Amino acid sequence: MKDFEMKEEDRDEKNDPDDARHPDDVHPDDESHPMEELLRMDRIPHIWCPGCGIGTVVTSFVEALRKSEIDLDKTAVVSGIGCSGRVAGYIKLDSFHTTHGRAVPFATGLKLANPELKVVVFSGDGDIAGIGGNHLIHAARRNMDLMIICVNNFNYAMTGGQVAATTPTGANASTAPYGNFEYPFSLPYLAEASGATYVARWTALHLRRVTKSIQEAFGKRGFSFIEVITPCVTLYARRNRLGDGLNLLKYYYEKSEIQHGADTRTLDISYQGKLTVGKFVDKEKPTFLDCMNEHLARVLGDKYRFYGVSHD
Amino acid sequence: MKKVKADPKGVLTGAHYFDGDYALAEGALAAGCRFFAGYPITPSTETAERFSERIPYVGGVFIQMEDELGSIAALIGASWGGKKVMTVTSGPGFSLMMENIGLACMMETPLVIANVQRGGPSTGLPTLTGQQDMMQVKWGSHGDYEIIALSPDSPQECFDLTIEAFNLSEIYRVPAFVMTDECVGHMHEKVVIPPAEEIELVERKWYKGPKDKYLPYKPDNDMIPFMVKAGDGYRFHTTGLTHDERGYPVINAECQDVCVRHLVDKIKMNADKIIRIEENQTDTAEIVVISYGITSRVTTRAVHKAKKAGIKIGTIRLITIWPFPEKRIKELAKTIKAFIVPEINYGQVVLEVERCAKGQAPVIHVPHCGGWVHDPVDIFNAIKEASK
Ligand SMILES: Cc1ncc(C[n+]2csc(CCOP(=O)(O)OP(=O)(O)O)c2C)c(N)n1
Ligand code: SF4
Ligand SMILES: [Mg+2]
Repeated sequence: MKDFEMKEEDRDEKNDPDDARHPDDVHPDDESHPMEELLRMDRIPHIWCPGCGIGTVVTSFVEALRKSEIDLDKTAVVSGIGCSGRVAGYIKLDSFHTTHGRAVPFATGLKLANPELKVVVFSGDGDIAGIGGNHLIHAARRNMDLMIICVNNFNYAMTGGQVAATTPTGANASTAPYGNFEYPFSLPYLAEASGATYVARWTALHLRRVTKSIQEAFGKRGFSFIEVITPCVTLYARRNRLGDGLNLLKYYYEKSEIQHGADTRTLDISYQGKLTVGKFVDKEKPTFLDCMNEHLARVLGDKYRFYGVSHD
Repeated sequence: MKKVKADPKGVLTGAHYFDGDYALAEGALAAGCRFFAGYPITPSTETAERFSERIPYVGGVFIQMEDELGSIAALIGASWGGKKVMTVTSGPGFSLMMENIGLACMMETPLVIANVQRGGPSTGLPTLTGQQDMMQVKWGSHGDYEIIALSPDSPQECFDLTIEAFNLSEIYRVPAFVMTDECVGHMHEKVVIPPAEEIELVERKWYKGPKDKYLPYKPDNDMIPFMVKAGDGYRFHTTGLTHDERGYPVINAECQDVCVRHLVDKIKMNADKIIRIEENQTDTAEIVVISYGITSRVTTRAVHKAKKAGIKIGTIRLITIWPFPEKRIKELAKTIKAFIVPEINYGQVVLEVERCAKGQAPVIHVPHCGGWVHDPVDIFNAIKEASK
């Protein structure tokens, strides 16, 4: 680990000395690539810019897939549209690259049609919380059994760095050339208020912690929401003169302060300000299908035909 | 194509007195639909209500989504999860579904959408009839693609054609539409549901070969690629981007040519197998009235009158609207004096008749802006005028 200082608090929990690895340490075109079985190697090189943080989040995800004791044949990834939305195209699982904003309802249908699946939505802030915001809150409200990994790069990257629902007030974007004067969403607050049963926020450099959160979410049933603050070097960073990808990764990491269980009302992100990260919500609640089966069986008695996988 | 009998669990065998909306739901259940996602909208809501009431006894899922964008997205996901799926909507909701109808076409996803049409544009006439989405169903999503659309003229046909829509959608891996309207949707009539063993269904063309050989978009001899469902271990990819046989995005004109041509040709080249029309006395006719849905029932009165007046008249009722029965119209155009096309819109299917007639026979439109059916006298007058 060159040129990088690990934080004391992160060192404590270490089994594995590289919580914050440089993403280049796991470069996709290495032949003995350990992620090979879970990536579509025939689609590499990927489209992401050098230094983009999305690859780092994918690394954490693949790591979590490897470590979690889940049936990978029964695990599906759904993405919307955007740089982050390209993830589904690189993961070697059943994977769906859908339309902008509709990954969550697509995943809802997929999960309900085949309840033995673990369905992960992997997409961007604009996709999930902007154009798809309505679906996000309703899937959380229903406690749909889905895991959402939301790559928050504070802008609409794929279309050239436009202002988003997550752009911090004051930051520049191509359609906020004099700076953003709107209030951004705090995604963990939104997710919790809507009913999510697992909510965490990390930066992309918290590789091991992102992996751990994903593993925890795999171990749960219900609506999990994991926000990963991720640098977009080419657009957001350049337009705001925030340096290259590694610098920004490090910057986000250094500005972050772990506060597990923090009140999600306190998690606003200000421009280049402190980033509170951690696991904020981890609780149990019956899922949509649990509620449906339990309720209809109670009301209709023996005539009700139980639907899906039994968890007794 | 593997034919199977309907699962008796979903089939409410017997004679019923239903409206068209209920018949759509019963048709779906009989066809094996076990996932329904919808959002309330007049005059289609009763279908969702009926499905939500019945599905707990059959085994499956009804979910009321947050909007129609969500309904159609959930449908595509659920179809890839292995279920037969359906939604129902009307004008404004149909407009909201357009983008993902394109995704369903691009991903070659079987699904059924019923549109109980009302008068538009915009909120228009929520409670009153229209046939104004007949072009939208064909062209409403961006880009080139083909779909299948059927038009029932009675509650009985709402039942029958919903089953047919499921079968066609499964055979061709394409969205299939039941384009009914408020009149038929809310009309109560006798609907006879046959015993399950008399209902013939088509099973999805599942791939059963070796996992490493599976190519999700490689057309088979009949042009239709084999399908798998999520969770079967194939670890496949599918996308709304232009893609190759592997389902991988390829962004260039050559791949676009293969991809789009396939989506269009698989329907166009099979049009003869898909198209169903009902012809009456067209062999001796000088005037042929072409109509569909509720308008063909209204046309009957005008046709009786025309016969009494000694006019040599024939009729074509379009059961399939898309793909359009262009061959038959082309043939007839050579032998008859004129086509009359009444429909509850300001000129939609008539454009297609004109295209096929190629100037060989005049095509006279009898428009109606919606809100009610035609006065048969208007249709009769058009017939009389054309026969002069
Ligand atoms: C309906 C629709 N509107 C707009 C677009 C254009 N578009 C593509 S990606 C994108 C933004 C993606 O932003 P985000 O989800 O944050 O992903 P990122 O690229 O930042 O990773 C937009 C607006 C689209 N594809 N579809
Ligand atoms: S534009 Fe930004 S988000 Fe997109 S690949 Fe490049 S660095 Fe990553
Ligand atoms: Mg973004």
